[in-house]
Amino acid sequence: MTPERIAEFIYREARTLDLMQWDEWLGMFLEDGRYWMPLEWQQTDPELEPSLMFEDMLLLKVRVERLAGERTFSQKPKSRCHHLLQAPQILSIDSEQGKCSARTSFLYSETRGDALERFSGWATHELVETDGGLKISLKRIDLINFDAPFGNIQLFM
Amino acid sequence: MGMYRDRPDSVSGLVRDREVHRDVYVNPEIFEIEMEQLFRNVWIYVGHDSQIKNPGDYLTTEIGRQPILAVRHSDGSVNVLHNRCPHKGVKIASESCGNTGKFFRCPYHAWSFRTDGSLLAIPLRKGYDGTGFADTRAAKGLARVAAVANYKGFIFARLTATGPDFHEYFGESLSTIDNLVDRSPEGKVAICSSPIKYMHTCNWKMLVENQTDTCHPMVAHESSAGTAIKVWDREKDDSGETPMAVQVYAPFASPYEFFEKAGIRVWPNGHGHTGVSNSIHAKYSGVGGYVERMEEAYGPEKAHAILGQVRHNTVYFPNVMVKETVQILRNFIPLAVDKTLVESWVFRLEGAPDEFYRRALMYNRLINAPTSIVGHDDLEMYERAQEGLRSNGTEWVNLQRLYEDDEGADDTAVINGTSERQMRNQFAAWAKYMTLNMSGKAQ
Ligand SMILES: [Fe+2]
Repeated sequence: MTPERIAEFIYREARTLDLMQWDEWLGMFLEDGRYWMPLEWQQTDPELEPSLMFEDMLLLKVRVERLAGERTFSQKPKSRCHHLLQAPQILSIDSEQGKCSARTSFLYSETRGDALERFSGWATHELVETDGGLKISLKRIDLINFDAPFGNIQLFM
Repeated sequence: MGMYRDRPDSVSGLVRDREVHRDVYVNPEIFEIEMEQLFRNVWIYVGHDSQIKNPGDYLTTEIGRQPILAVRHSDGSVNVLHNRCPHKGVKIASESCGNTGKFFRCPYHAWSFRTDGSLLAIPLRKGYDGTGFADTRAAKGLARVAAVANYKGFIFARLTATGPDFHEYFGESLSTIDNLVDRSPEGKVAICSSPIKYMHTCNWKMLVENQTDTCHPMVAHESSAGTAIKVWDREKDDSGETPMAVQVYAPFASPYEFFEKAGIRVWPNGHGHTGVSNSIHAKYSGVGGYVERMEEAYGPEKAHAILGQVRHNTVYFPNVMVKETVQILRNFIPLAVDKTLVESWVFRLEGAPDEFYRRALMYNRLINAPTSIVGHDDLEMYERAQEGLRSNGTEWVNLQRLYEDDEGADDTAVINGTSERQMRNQFAAWAKYMTLNMSGKAQ
């Protein structure tokens, strides 16, 4: 578990999203992994405080499968996204427990039709070493303007 | 000169028994008149008591285009005031909520005002001696909004000094707020968190109509609810328990017959609700210990009557929807003819298990957030309608499903749950309150 390996994992995760390789992306999560977008500054509780997203694997699968649905009209035309990442800052490495965490500053763009929306924030990854390599136990997205009124956000930051 | 200002007949002419003219959704002048007339003539939701618990606590909002603040006074009362310094017009409070202490102080010239709006002090006050200041509007401080009602903690205000009385205006529709409050064993609900905000590029009335549109979920939400059901069927474990998120999504795919039988109730002044005898919220699994607490608080009979009411969406005309069953209030805030901010607020049931709050917050993010797949389905339809209405193929929007010749405006009735009558009901109220105080000669 080295800083280089962690950074490589985070870059690869962004790449699968940009390339819309959804199954590969879902495979980067632990079975009980979560994707969390808080709605408060430095939020600590994802469920008893309001969140924009707090998705388990079942809900992420629903989202991904819906994107390809025949009658998913909000994806006609389809959305695309782009992640611009700063080098991840390693927050912790616990080799004994096989756990680590990193914080990555990002610019995210999501486009559909003629519209393009930009978001800035920080992604925090909590990763676990498994037989199949590193996996995400929690991906947390903190937007700088978490409390602003957004239009549709249909893909993943 | 516009087509509609000061022409009540032209405005009323946009609403027919079974259809409305597209200008109600796309005409910028109509939007301006809505802000000037409709939103001035009726009772508009301001906020909830629990957001301003302590003396000096305030919240800011707008009624139509007018900046408003609500503040808790030292005597415990709530004052709703125009958020504008009587001196140069500067907004006194700029944050969405906060505590101002014993008085407001204008940040421009330091005029200060008590929390009942009255003028407290002006620097160099001598400069006004002998100028007749005492008789001016400015000397009276922050102007009060003409009419305010605090119904069980829900604060509403009306800008016009005369108009329908609060109870006369809302009538029996208040039974949904009653039920929301009663679902707390302590008879108290509270807002403890920020709303989810979601920007919509469509007219505000499309959102309000959607609240009682029961012929769209099985179509527009096939993509979200249908996929959720499919994925769960494939992935489910053998615990026999359906996850709460699936319980939330799945009923959106219910068949037409379900909604037909569930019924719609219309009330006078444009209010109404879906889910008279059944609703998509009726089958959520129970929360341990809650029914016992409710029985203790109300006695078994009343407790079961409270919990037996499972209404779906209650529209408080013009622009609020309440779901008592999942403790959510949605405020459809018009910003422009094709731009609407939706604020979805969650209430905590005081004295009930945390599970309800967790569930309400989950419902809110799954259904009402800019990251909600159900929201994506709906917004796509509103946007397409906002664009499609530019077509000159026809200028009229059809609202005649299950129309009956003897429908009176301002009736109370329970009808087939797939009727578009509540939409017609809203437009009847719309025409009435758009033109209520409109000057101008009949054409
Ligand atoms: Fe919908």
